Amino acid sequence: MAGQDNTQGIPVPEGSADIIDTDYTIGQDNIEGQLGPFGFDIHNPVFIVSGLTIVAFVFYALALPDQAGAVFGWLRPWLTSTFDWFFLGAANVFVLFCLFLIVSPWGSVRLGGKEAAPDYSYMGWFAMLFAAGMGIGLMFFGVLEPVYHMAISEPLGVPSPIGEDGAIIPENVEAARKMGLAATIYHWGLHPWAIYAVVALALALFTFNKGLPLTIRSAFYPIFGEAIWGWVGHVIDILAVFATLFGLATSLGFGAQQANAGLEHVFGIPNNITVQVLLITAITAVALGSVLRGLDGGVKVLSEINMGIAALLLVFVLLAGPTATIVADFFSGLGAYAAGILPLSNPVGRADTGYMQGWTAFYWAWWISWSPFVGMFIARVSRGRTVREFIICVLIIPSLVCVLWMAVFGGVAIDQVLTNPAASSVKTYVIDSYVPELSLFAMLEGLPLATITSVIGIILVVVFFVTSSDSGSLVIDTITAGGKVDAPLPQRVFWCTFEGAVAIVLLVGGGLGALQAMVISTGLPFTVVLLLMCWAILRGLMSEAR
Amino acid sequence: MFSKIMVPVDLKHLDRMQKSLQAAADLARLYSATVCYVGVTSAEPSELGHGPGEVADRLADLTKTEAAKHGHGGASHLVISHDPTTELDKALHETVGEIGADLVIMATHIPNVTDYIWASHGGSLALHSRASVMLVRG
Repeated sequence: MAGQDNTQGIPVPEGSADIIDTDYTIGQDNIEGQLGPFGFDIHNPVFIVSGLTIVAFVFYALALPDQAGAVFGWLRPWLTSTFDWFFLGAANVFVLFCLFLIVSPWGSVRLGGKEAAPDYSYMGWFAMLFAAGMGIGLMFFGVLEPVYHMAISEPLGVPSPIGEDGAIIPENVEAARKMGLAATIYHWGLHPWAIYAVVALALALFTFNKGLPLTIRSAFYPIFGEAIWGWVGHVIDILAVFATLFGLATSLGFGAQQANAGLEHVFGIPNNITVQVLLITAITAVALGSVLRGLDGGVKVLSEINMGIAALLLVFVLLAGPTATIVADFFSGLGAYAAGILPLSNPVGRADTGYMQGWTAFYWAWWISWSPFVGMFIARVSRGRTVREFIICVLIIPSLVCVLWMAVFGGVAIDQVLTNPAASSVKTYVIDSYVPELSLFAMLEGLPLATITSVIGIILVVVFFVTSSDSGSLVIDTITAGGKVDAPLPQRVFWCTFEGAVAIVLLVGGGLGALQAMVISTGLPFTVVLLLMCWAILRGLMSEAR
Repeated sequence: MFSKIMVPVDLKHLDRMQKSLQAAADLARLYSATVCYVGVTSAEPSELGHGPGEVADRLADLTKTEAAKHGHGGASHLVISHDPTTELDKALHETVGEIGADLVIMATHIPNVTDYIWASHGGSLALHSRASVMLVRG
């Protein structure tokens, strides 16, 4: 917090910025009042329509589970196989666009005005954007993906080192090992972070420099002009709320199943709906506490704690595993990624469709469907950074951390599979039978102090869900309050609780898979939206003081 | 008895603050105290302005109007918060010390059931502040 005394009227404190002159006043469409003892301040169509649409889709998934499963179960793979070229091509555009901004003169534009100072230290800022963005994915895919790509999916046609009979094929080992890491890093490196960076930069620019409300529609002002305050903007915001809430709720449902599988594996706790409902309730309760404590007192503190625990686990695995091999894997993985990024990101004429459509296009749709939520959260905590600093920190540093994470967790797992396949639980759960939720615990089993590290792993999974859930609730609350960040507290309580309730209803009644497939399908329209955003960013930056 | 009176101001709901503004002006005249009007806002644009600068200008305008109307010395102080919804209590508590206020006069709502779940801002300040706190029911 910063204070400023003002006895004679003060100039705009943050230096020159190019405010957009619009007739719209923030909150002009809001309904403000009391519902019993609870105050509310909601954007009229966005809050009501998004809330009702979410309820309607939950009913649809519960009432007609087979039909919903068939429709969305078909839709998602159809989109990722038909539009694979589009997803891959668009993601390449986002990376190139971000790299261009780093070296362009607009890199020196400061978010929040020429004299704005950063709101958060590097550590707090980085912890928050990382925990909201992909922390949970690293826990789930850190072991699974490198092993899977090394042994099964054969990216770019690199053959598996494990034969049909389960025996190691020595001549394939080196190339497959490198490709396993490179193909994974490709999914967690520059491309996903470029997607988040585009959305976050657009929102930060149009909010902090142009004076528009902190809501997704604001990024489209250069394209739609004043029309964004009407139904065009309502639809954009409603879609964002819809994708965020269902994305979080379905992930929470699946996350509870994964955590339960881990608890069963380590402690023998029964794997059933009751335990999973209790887990969702606990995660939602902690997220609620975090949301009530606010951005600095709750979300930031939890994110930093989480990053600290994750770093400890990373260091432990690095030291307890074959350290020299892991360090070598880090550099060889980075080298293989650099060498493979062009062929891996080639959108046309590929023979490895299993990898390209089943993994890459799926991931890009997934990241893009999450980008309104993560992008808006990153935007909110990024005021005061220059565009260059912003892109480097959102694009390059998280990518390097992901490389390190994958090299350590994936490297140890690959080493376990290749050095002693008969004793490797990773091989059992990833290659022999596909039980992805146990892959992390299987890797930890092969290291000392497995029970302790597995418990830490479960805690990390749970807390990463909390940090996604609390930041998601803040984002939804802001969008449905028309861009106000100071809406009454009960609204945050409502969205956080609603998200947990939707997760429980879908878990108990069925429909998690169908609705998650539907959310990922929203990645296609959002890809078009993101491409338009790149142009809007350029238009916005051109008029800013450098 | 009092030399600096702090008056937390919600610029969006000035209509609900007339009693507390009047009480502050009366006591300021009685004790020859200055009144510091305090606002808390976020860096994001809001209905009050495109950024904190415009909000600060509004607060300064209010200060000038009140000081001229009631004839007391006036100052304004704007706190920029990352999350005003949850950080308001802390911001006000810290501001009391920062500006050296010895009396806080603050508008507050009629108590209701939500006060059992989370305390009112005025109640929280009265509980923790070393300065005298006068809560004026709206």
